[in-house]
Amino acid sequence: MNPHVTRAEVCVVAVAECFRGDGELLANPIGTIPMIGGRLARATFEPDLAMTDGEATLVANDRAVVPPDERVIEYWNPYRSMFDWVWSGRRHVMMGASQVDRYGNQNLAAIGDYDRPTVQLLGYRGAPGNTINDPTSYWVPNHGPRVFVEKVDTVTGIGWDRAAALGPAARFVDVRRVVSNLGVFDFETPDRRMRLRSVHPGVDVDDVLGATGFELVVPADVPVSRLPTPEELRLIREAIDPEDAREREVPDKA
Amino acid sequence: MADKLMTEDEVVGRLRSGMTIAIGGWASRRKPMSIVRAIVRSDLNDLVIVTHGGPDLGLLCAAGKVRKAIYAFVSLDTIPLEPHFRAARQAGAIEDEPLDEGLFHLGLQAAAWRLPFLPSRAGLGSDLLRDNGALRTFTSPIPRHDGQAEELVAMPAFRLDASICHLNRADRRGNAMFLGPDLYWDDLMLQAAPTGGRFISAERIVETADLRDEGCIHQLRISRMMVDGVVRAPGGAHFTLCEPDYPRDEAVQRAYAASARSPEAWEEFRAEWIDIPEPEYQRKVRQALSERPSRVTGKQGESEPGPSGCRSGQATRRSPSGPLRSSKSGEHL
Repeated sequence: MNPHVTRAEVCVVAVAECFRGDGELLANPIGTIPMIGGRLARATFEPDLAMTDGEATLVANDRAVVPPDERVIEYWNPYRSMFDWVWSGRRHVMMGASQVDRYGNQNLAAIGDYDRPTVQLLGYRGAPGNTINDPTSYWVPNHGPRVFVEKVDTVTGIGWDRAAALGPAARFVDVRRVVSNLGVFDFETPDRRMRLRSVHPGVDVDDVLGATGFELVVPADVPVSRLPTPEELRLIREAIDPEDAREREVPDKA
Repeated sequence: MADKLMTEDEVVGRLRSGMTIAIGGWASRRKPMSIVRAIVRSDLNDLVIVTHGGPDLGLLCAAGKVRKAIYAFVSLDTIPLEPHFRAARQAGAIEDEPLDEGLFHLGLQAAAWRLPFLPSRAGLGSDLLRDNGALRTFTSPIPRHDGQAEELVAMPAFRLDASICHLNRADRRGNAMFLGPDLYWDDLMLQAAPTGGRFISAERIVETADLRDEGCIHQLRISRMMVDGVVRAPGGAHFTLCEPDYPRDEAVQRAYAASARSPEAWEEFRAEWIDIPEPEYQRKVRQALSERPSRVTGKQGESEPGPSGCRSGQATRRSPSGPLRSSKSGEHL
């Protein structure tokens, strides 16, 4: 097995780590590397996670993309059932973000003035309900100052400052982590501002700061994101993502 | 006994400009496209569209039929953002009433149950309360177990005039079933609309007695009590996906998406795919479907799980000659 670990594989492990400690709940990572990372967590240290096929069933397969007739189906989960998980607090979603700010507010809806946007995006989708009810993490495959912004144009998923202003109504809000192609970020600071938790191997702290449009909390010593173990690497390459889809989402620059 | 069979144009004849219309399916999946096209060709306008949006909303925007869109997202699935909807939004051509997907569900449920609203936490703290003027917050009249009365969002019932959905099978009275993996919100949309305004189209019209053999009883989720009109529409969801009858026609969807580039490109697409008689459209669809392998693989006598996972019935009853050929009951285009 090639000993060189790619950036995408580091991202997969960083995503998996977001679900550590979640136990038996619906881990719902959306996107290529999130799907692979979630399955890695389940195949190793979080065996009780439940995961979707991206459509209407919960599946037990390790492999991220499975032909319909090879799916090991645990539960029929049409879209409508998703709200039973979301509203009962049994889901940890990892969403994308067209914009994210220092408190973890997310924008999926529109760039510019909402009433007459310069760029219309997907819409609010399920972001308001996800973030007010359940743990939420984000995946950004293209870390840059247009994504990590001072202030998002529209708040679709609520961050820690909005949660603080709501008081007890926000008691289920738990914006956990942001994983990007450059590093891992959390909100484990006194005022819940975004902190640089680790940089991926080969990335300098200055690279991250230069690609971020707001002031990050940077500890004196920034750890390097951990590498996959040999067993994790085997699982990623042979069991979960034999098609190397991860390398297309985050090309290896090393 | 009511025979509710009608044509797409007869459905359009029961609609009026200014109406609020819910459209079933989800993104680019099982959309009632033959009826949507008939609306595009009609003189209806000023419509309020309630949808888990896909090319239904996009086509109606491109044709200038939409006054307001009520939605949580708009997508073509394999093309993540809907170009015609985006163009309308960015041009300021339509009013916008955004929702959270869960609130969308509650708006339908409240209407179906004749309630003014249903409560939720979704929306609190987000800009949804800024961008959707119909939403309200209120203090719960019932305190929690710790004595605190919490702030909640009131999602108003949708005020629909009509609902339009596409199903896989139906009888003439309006009983219908989905055969794919997900009903989406079709049943609630039909229950949320007033009597007289509830329309479905279906891939195949079969005898009531034959419905149970088309799939599982659990898929028989549309009752005639929810339906006022039934349109025989083989290929009626094209170019959106309609499992297990046919996959999405990605080539036509790409052409549709590309037609957002310029008014000329839209006029070209419209002339080729919209402003043509329905039989001509069906001929083009048949041609398109016959040029590539069908996903409908069940052979006579075998009982393989279909995409819906149903082992009984449908696989043995499905015509192996393709989704748009005549079925056992003499159904024809």
